[in-house]
Amino acid sequence: MTDQAYNFAYLDEQTKRMIRRAILKGLAIPGYQVPFASREMPMPYGWGTGGVQVSAATLTPEDTFKVIDQGADDTTNAVSIRKFFQRTAGVATTEETDKATVIQTRHRIPETPLGEDQVLVYQVPIPEPLRFLEPRETETRKMHSLEEYGLMHVKLYEDISQHGAIATSYAYPVKVEGRYVMDPSPIPKFDNPKMADCPAIQLFGAGREQRIYALPPYTKVVSLDFEDHPFDPSKADHACDLCGAGESYLDEVITDDAGGRMFVCSDTDYCRARREAGHLGAQAAVMEEEAGA
Amino acid sequence: MYVAVKGGERAIDNAHAWLAEERRGDTSVAELSVAQIREQLSLAVNRVMAEGSLYDPDLAALAIKQARGDLIEAIFLIRAYRTTLPRLGASEPVKTADMACERRISATFKDAPGGQVLGPTFDYTHRLLDFKLAAESEAPQASEAEPAKGQTPHITGFLNREGLIQSEPESDETPPDLTREPMELPADRALRLQSLSRGDEGFILSMAYSTQRGYARNHAFVGELRIGSVPVEMEVPELGFAIEIGEITLTECETVNQFTGSKTEPPQFTRGYGLVFGQTERKAISMALVDRALRWNELGEEDQGAPAQDEEFVLMHADNIQATGFLEHIKLPHYVDFQSELELVRKLRREAETQSMPEVAE
Amino acid sequence: MQSDALQGGFTDAPVQSAQAFRAAMNAMARPGRAETLDAATPPNPVSRAAGTLILTLCDPETPVFLGNSHDTPAIRDWITFHTGAPLVGPEMAAFALGDWAALQPIAQFRSGTAEYPDRSATLIVEVPELRTEGAVLSGPGIQETTLFSLPEVAPFQQNATLYPLGLDFFFTCDSQVAALPRSTKVEGT
Repeated sequence: MTDQAYNFAYLDEQTKRMIRRAILKGLAIPGYQVPFASREMPMPYGWGTGGVQVSAATLTPEDTFKVIDQGADDTTNAVSIRKFFQRTAGVATTEETDKATVIQTRHRIPETPLGEDQVLVYQVPIPEPLRFLEPRETETRKMHSLEEYGLMHVKLYEDISQHGAIATSYAYPVKVEGRYVMDPSPIPKFDNPKMADCPAIQLFGAGREQRIYALPPYTKVVSLDFEDHPFDPSKADHACDLCGAGESYLDEVITDDAGGRMFVCSDTDYCRARREAGHLGAQAAVMEEEAGA
Repeated sequence: MYVAVKGGERAIDNAHAWLAEERRGDTSVAELSVAQIREQLSLAVNRVMAEGSLYDPDLAALAIKQARGDLIEAIFLIRAYRTTLPRLGASEPVKTADMACERRISATFKDAPGGQVLGPTFDYTHRLLDFKLAAESEAPQASEAEPAKGQTPHITGFLNREGLIQSEPESDETPPDLTREPMELPADRALRLQSLSRGDEGFILSMAYSTQRGYARNHAFVGELRIGSVPVEMEVPELGFAIEIGEITLTECETVNQFTGSKTEPPQFTRGYGLVFGQTERKAISMALVDRALRWNELGEEDQGAPAQDEEFVLMHADNIQATGFLEHIKLPHYVDFQSELELVRKLRREAETQSMPEVAE
Repeated sequence: MQSDALQGGFTDAPVQSAQAFRAAMNAMARPGRAETLDAATPPNPVSRAAGTLILTLCDPETPVFLGNSHDTPAIRDWITFHTGAPLVGPEMAAFALGDWAALQPIAQFRSGTAEYPDRSATLIVEVPELRTEGAVLSGPGIQETTLFSLPEVAPFQQNATLYPLGLDFFFTCDSQVAALPRSTKVEGT
């Protein structure tokens, strides 16, 4: 049921129009960060206010909404954001990736491939990929305008000379359509390849930093690398201990204080669906027993 | 053994219930009313109004109650409420020369027309705990005088008559509003002042203090500090003229700073300016000092690389709601990113072990 | 102001503008693919799709230019009443409305700056039909290529060379809309 004290999807119409205009410009210039007059939301900056504003401007009453944090639907902040839109927009919600029309995410792209009828909304803390190399916005904006990305390549190259490999494992920078270097939000680099040629619309909202950017479907998105050090979207060299999936991103869970641990899918919906379809991992039986106890 | 964490929703509901109980505290102690907070914790109310950018003492008092006295949390409540309010119009600029002053002091002149009025200040209190306040006491009564008649002229106006202080350009342009447009740098002075006026008191204070200690020292004198109420007027299109819609209390500080001059211009004093909702003089003075420090470029001064001179640094970090949100978000789960780092470190260590370490990594 | 100006707006603005925006967003994200926009009933000759776009995207913050094909008192009143958008000359406009001839030359519109390429105009071009034939489009939003009935080819090729600067276009006809952002590469057939 919608909360009548607030407008549909919380934000007033003028604010939504302003955000919508920014989204359209973002789609027209893939990877470019469009400044927008981010509003103070009833949740803290840094907790998804950018994603929430983009979702608020995007949702219609016909949508089915899914929210994940770290790949999971039931992490507390995901629960909180889902509840916010249930209250203010009256939208249906789901945990199933393929039933959702709008998915708001923090730090993951779902394992289930997205389709043309879906919109993926990313929460972004620091939208500027060059920020940790150059803290000044006035400078980084100039660098983007001049397509001056040498600093980024130098940083990655220094990694290689120091560590023998590029030492960035999440928020790994990408180049969009050969023009803008873009921050993919702090997803693990394992997820980077899913951004390229994706049939869904991908929208990125950074509330505190007041930026929106976007990737239309089927956009060229290339993770930065070097010929002799190609991009490596690696993950833990295990299969999921619950569902046996070998191709999904895994969380490492410490199970006792004697070095015991297990690896489980970070995408809880993907893992559940696989188990329901009869796939079992090495420790699935143990878990069933424990859960039933 | 591992069982996936479920029940986030119930955990949140329980946390909120517990929070509400803690907020009320011991029920054998009388509950605070919003009116009590508004009347007896008025400086906290003023700070919440100033940094919440909303002049409403009752709402600020409510926010303080709801936030259990956490003023940044209360400011946050006010800000989030403020964004949902429709904008019916804009007031005329207030005239602080028309202020009915409760307090008005100048450090630059021993006396001046309008006089030195101490008003309700802590300044000369000895900071000794007053144990009488611990007991319920009779309402104190201060002696009263006739209110001053007419305007209280600005001190800088006297200096201006001799051309000793730089006059500021007048403009009827609508100033920018950082709550409606994204901040764009470099910012003009109006935007900087807005940002400082709603910025965190502690941050602005520390920035101001740093200029006093030599990080872009600009030799500030408090030319004038005044606190009092001013009428707010708004033009009503149907009437065609402005009518008074209420009164607000403001604190205004003008500093008189080191002079500049060049071969073509004789030396003149310069100004820093602070204007804040409510009785908030620490904030207003701090704001004036930081404003002055940020003006180095337009006044032809040297960039000393001091933090308070760095517009982007000051403006991007002055807002406590942005700062606290981002700071506290690191409490949220980050285990996916951490896992990614863990795998990378393990891989690098494996590679380092298997390869013979190169003598020098150039 | 004529009383007609008060008619033809949204009956449930929050929901209708949300639905209309999704159609507009899908159009901009998938160049050349038509979507339906029919919530508004603007004065002639404004199409329902163009009227709906204007109500969805324009307000006092977005100056609007009307090409002479669409610059009538009834349309001015309708836009002013429903959106409050100021009506301005082409060089100031965030949005422009007209048929293709009335918006010429398109170089008169803002195409953004190197640091802020988003500060550019969006043109709403009323066209007699939207067909999946004609120019070959490729680029972001398009899986390989798609065909679309552009009014001309050369001006859009020229616009794409400005990238990341440039204009973005909506093409409207009755209750249909399709879009062409500056990122789309255009080839004649």
